[in-house]
Amino acid sequence: MAWIGEIDLGTKPARAATQTMVSLSIDGHAIEVPEGTSVMRAAALMGTTIPKLCATDTLEAFGSCRLCLVEIDGRPGYPASCTTPVTPGMVVRTQTDRLKQLRRGVMELYISDHPLDCLTCPANGDCELQDQAGAVGLREVRYGYEGKNHLKVEKDSSNPYFDFDPTKCIVCSRCVRACDEIQGTFALTVDDRGFASAIVPSQKQDFLSSECVSCGACVQACPTSALQEKKVAEIGTPDRAVVTTCAYCGVGCAFRAEMRGEELVRMVPWKEGKANRGHSCVKGRFAWGYAQHRDRILSPMIRESVDQPWREVSWEEAIARTASEFQRIQAKYGTRSVGGITSSRCTNEETYLVQKMVRQGFGNNNVDTCARVCHSPTGYGLKTTFGTSAGTQDFDSVRQSDVILVIGANPTDGHPVFGSRMKQRLREGAKLIVIDPRRVDLVRTPHIVADHHLPLRPGTNVAVLTAMAHVVVTEKLYDEAYIRARCDWDEFMDWADFVAQPERSPEATETLTRVPADELRATARLYATGGRAAIYYGLGVTEHSQGSSTVMAIANLAMATGNVGIEGAGVNPLRGQNNVQGSCDMGSFPHEYPGYRHVADDATRQLFETAWGVDLDPEPGLRINNMLDAATEGEFKALFIQGEDILQSDPNTTHVAAGLAAMECVVVQDLFLNETANYAHIFLPGSTFLEKDGTFTNAERRVQRVRKVMEPKNGYADWEVVQLVARALGLGWTYTHPSEIMDEIAALTPTFARVSYGALEEHGSLQWPATDAAPAGTPTMHIDAFVRGKGHFVVTDYIPTDEKTGPRFPLLLTTGRILSHYNVGAQTRRTDNVAWHPEDRLEIHPVDAEDRGVRDGDWVALRSRAGDTTLRALLTDRVAPGVVYTTFHHPATQANVITTDYSDWATSCPEYKVTAVQVSPSNGPSDWQERYQAHAARSRRIERLGEPAE
Amino acid sequence: MSATDERLTYMANQIAANFAVMGVEKAALATADHIATFWDPRMKQRIMLALHVDAPAGSPLNEIARRAVERLIELGAPLPQVQATTFGGVDEPGLSDAG
Repeated sequence: MAWIGEIDLGTKPARAATQTMVSLSIDGHAIEVPEGTSVMRAAALMGTTIPKLCATDTLEAFGSCRLCLVEIDGRPGYPASCTTPVTPGMVVRTQTDRLKQLRRGVMELYISDHPLDCLTCPANGDCELQDQAGAVGLREVRYGYEGKNHLKVEKDSSNPYFDFDPTKCIVCSRCVRACDEIQGTFALTVDDRGFASAIVPSQKQDFLSSECVSCGACVQACPTSALQEKKVAEIGTPDRAVVTTCAYCGVGCAFRAEMRGEELVRMVPWKEGKANRGHSCVKGRFAWGYAQHRDRILSPMIRESVDQPWREVSWEEAIARTASEFQRIQAKYGTRSVGGITSSRCTNEETYLVQKMVRQGFGNNNVDTCARVCHSPTGYGLKTTFGTSAGTQDFDSVRQSDVILVIGANPTDGHPVFGSRMKQRLREGAKLIVIDPRRVDLVRTPHIVADHHLPLRPGTNVAVLTAMAHVVVTEKLYDEAYIRARCDWDEFMDWADFVAQPERSPEATETLTRVPADELRATARLYATGGRAAIYYGLGVTEHSQGSSTVMAIANLAMATGNVGIEGAGVNPLRGQNNVQGSCDMGSFPHEYPGYRHVADDATRQLFETAWGVDLDPEPGLRINNMLDAATEGEFKALFIQGEDILQSDPNTTHVAAGLAAMECVVVQDLFLNETANYAHIFLPGSTFLEKDGTFTNAERRVQRVRKVMEPKNGYADWEVVQLVARALGLGWTYTHPSEIMDEIAALTPTFARVSYGALEEHGSLQWPATDAAPAGTPTMHIDAFVRGKGHFVVTDYIPTDEKTGPRFPLLLTTGRILSHYNVGAQTRRTDNVAWHPEDRLEIHPVDAEDRGVRDGDWVALRSRAGDTTLRALLTDRVAPGVVYTTFHHPATQANVITTDYSDWATSCPEYKVTAVQVSPSNGPSDWQERYQAHAARSRRIERLGEPAE
Repeated sequence: MSATDERLTYMANQIAANFAVMGVEKAALATADHIATFWDPRMKQRIMLALHVDAPAGSPLNEIARRAVERLIELGAPLPQVQATTFGGVDEPGLSDAG
C-alpha cells in the first residue's frame, strides 16, 4: 500500500557514482538532476507528478502500466517516463491533450476489470488506482463490466496478517518485484499470460503454505487493495503516523507506527530508516499484537512466597515492598547480597537507570544483562583486538563487499532485513562463504549458491579459523603493508608462527573439524584474495566455551588480510536483540560503567561518584550465572529483573530454577507473567516499545529514537517504574523525560558525548562515536588507526570443550532461532506468528532418525547430562549426521533444560551451541515438563481485588 | 568441596588453559589479571581459600591457575591490574574489557 504522507518519486535515484549533472526542460521549466535519473523522478523532484501505477521509488523501473507516458522533443511515440533516463537538453512535456487521452484510455481498461466498491474497500482513500483514476480525469468506462473479467476470483485469506484479493489486482508486478528485488525470496510470480495473467505464490499455492516469508514488501508495494493488511480492513485507514524503532532484532528497523486515535493500525517500514532502508520482516511489520494481548499484566502484584497466588496491589504498595525488601535483605545479608539484571529489549535510558540503581542504590556492582548469554564474547574479543566493543561497519557497507563470510549466523532468519540486503549484494556477484554446522537458507537460496559451505563439527570454530589463518600465513596471502602500518608487527609474527605450525593446517585438523582440507584452503584463499571481505557472525560464534577466542580469531584474520577500516569489509556481530549493543554501552556488565570503563578505574569511578553523590564499589560484581551459584549457597538473596526471562533463556534450567527458588525476593518487571515470574515475589507490569520514549542502539552502533505512540497501558513507562523504586530507596531521582537521562549519559560517557534527543532529531540517528569531525557518527570504524592504537593479534589456541559425546550421549545438539519467532517467544508466541512455528521441533538427520526408529513428526525424548525434555522430530538433511538442532521459543519444550553449565572461558557466555545428547522415541512429556507445567499453573494464579484466585 | 568451589576451580582452570599458549609464567599473570578484573570479591576469596585448603599436590587447580591464585594471594585481594595482558588497561581512560 502507498506510504501515507510520504512522497514517492517513482523511480530510484541515479546509480551512477559520478554525480554528473544533466540539464533538461520539463513542461517549460529548467531542471538539473544527476545523470541516470529517470524523467519521472526528475519531474517529481521539481514537483510535477506524472501518473503512474507500476512505478514506485523502491523498485527498479518496469515500464508496464503505460500510464506514465510523456512526449519528448525529437523522439517518436510516447516513451514511459519511468524507464527513460534524462539526457542533456531534453525537452519533456508531461501533460498534453494527446497524453491525457492516452492515459485515460489506459485507465479505462484497468477499471473495466476492477470492482467498483471504492466506498467499502479497505483502501478507500489510500489507493493509488483510485488516485490515478482521479489524476487522469476518468469519468466513464465505455466498455461496460459485462465482459470477461476477474471479479469472481476467490480471495486468499490464508496469511494471518494480510489478504490477497485477486479481483483488485491490476497485475502491475510491483508485488513480484518487491519480493524479488527487496526481499529476495522470489516467492511470487505472474502466472500465465495475457488476460489470464495472475499473481501466484510459489506453485499456485496459497500465501501461508507458499515460500512467502510474510515480510510485507508486497503488501507495501501494492498500489491497490489486492494485497491488504487485515488490520486496515478491520480498523480503517490510519490518520497519523509516528516514526519509531522496531523492538525485535538488532537490525533496528525504523517504522512508521500508523495510528487511528490510540489504536495502532499498522507498522510500515520507513523509507528514510538508515538501518532498514524501507524494508521489514514478519516480526516488525506484523507481529506487534502482543502489545494488546490478553495475557499482559497491567496491575502490580505481590506475594509472600512463590507457592501462593499473586495478589494485585497498588503501585504504591508494590514499589514500597520492593524497596523495603531490598533494604531488609541487605541489612540482614550484606550489601552484596542483592543485584539486578538489565534488558537488551529495553531502552538505553531504562538500562542505564537499572545499572545506576544497582550501583548507586544497592551500593554494589551486581548488575548484569542478557547480553551475558549472547554477545559478551564480542565485547571481550573486539575490545581486546581492536579497542572497541562493537562492530566495525554500518549495514550499508555490505553494498561494497566482494566477499561475504557468514559464520555462526543465520541472517535470513535471525536478522532478516539485513539478510535481504546481503542477498541483494550476493545477487550482484559478491562471493559467499558460510561456516555453519547447518545448511542455513543462505547456503542455497533463489539466485544464490554459497561458493563455500563449511559444515564444521560444532565446537571447532577456533580450529577452523586457525586453519584458515594457517593458509593465509603459509601461502603468504596476508597484507604485510597493512599489518606493518596498522598492527603490532611483533605480535603478528608471534601469531603467524603459531598458526603456521603443521598441526594447525587444514589437513591436520580435518578429522577434528570434519571440514575437507581442500575446501578449507579454497575458502581461506577466497577470503584473503577476493577483494573487500566482510565477516558477519552471530551466536554460533559466541555461545561456545571458546566464544571469546573465536571472536579474536576472526579479528586476527581480518587484520591479517587488511580487512578492517574500509567500506565493504570489517568484522560485524549480528546482535540478537534490539538493544544488545546499547545495553552493553550503558554499563550493564558487573565490571564496568557506561562506555566500557572498569569500576576499578579511580578516575572514572570518581566521575560517577561525583555525579551520583555516593561512594561506589571499586570491585566487580557478579555475573548472572555467579549470582545463581551464590543464591544456591545462600549468599545472594534478591534480584531485580527488568525485561528478561532467565528461566527460559539461560542454560541448565534446573539450576536457574534452584537459584531463583533460593532467593527471598525476586522482582520481575515485564509485560507478561513469564517463566521467571513463576519464581518471583513482586511483579511490576512493563510497558511496550509503543508506550514509551527512549533510544535503542542497533548492531551498527546506530542510536535511534523510540517514540511513544500511545499511553502506557500499565500506567507507567519502564523508566518511570525504576525511578519510583529508586526514589523509594531514597535516591531522589527527578527525571521528567528520558531525554534528561540521555543528557546524563552523554555527560558521563565520552562515546555518547554528542548524543542528545536534539541531535537525534537533527540527524535522524547517530552512529557512535559521534565526534566534532563526524557529528552524525562513524559508519566505518578504525579507518586510519585502531581505536586501541595498534591492532592486537592474539594467539588463540584451540581448547576443545569439555562437553563430550560418548556412548550415552552420542549426538551434538545445537540451538538457534527461526524467522517467525524472537528469543524466548514471549512476544511472538502471543501473535499470529505461531501459524508458521507452533512448536519447537528437533531437526535430525534421516540416518540418525532411522537408527533410532524415529519418523518425521514423532515425539522424541531429548536427553543430556543436564536434563531431558520431549518434542517432535523433523527429519532433514539440513543438519549433518551426528548433529541435531532445535529452537527455544516455546516454554513447553524448555530446550534449555538440556543445555549445560559449560560457558565461554573469558565471559561465562553459555555454551548453548554444543550439548551432547541422545534422542529416542517417546510417548509423552518428560517428568520435568509435567512437574514444571504443574508448577507454572499454580504459580500463575492471581487474586484480583474482590475476587478469588484464578 | 562445594558445588560453587568446584565451579570456580573449573573456571580458573579454563581461563588458565586458554592463556597457556603464552607460556606458564605469563599465562599465570594473565590468569591472575583476568580473575582480578572480572571476578567479584567473594569469588576471589573462595578461590584463594580453595588453594589453601588443598595440598599443592592434590590441588584441583592446574599449574597455571595455581600460580595465578598464588599471585592473587601474594598481592592480596582486591588486586590492581598487573598489566600482564595488554587488553586490561583500566588505568587508561576509555580502556577496559567488555564481557
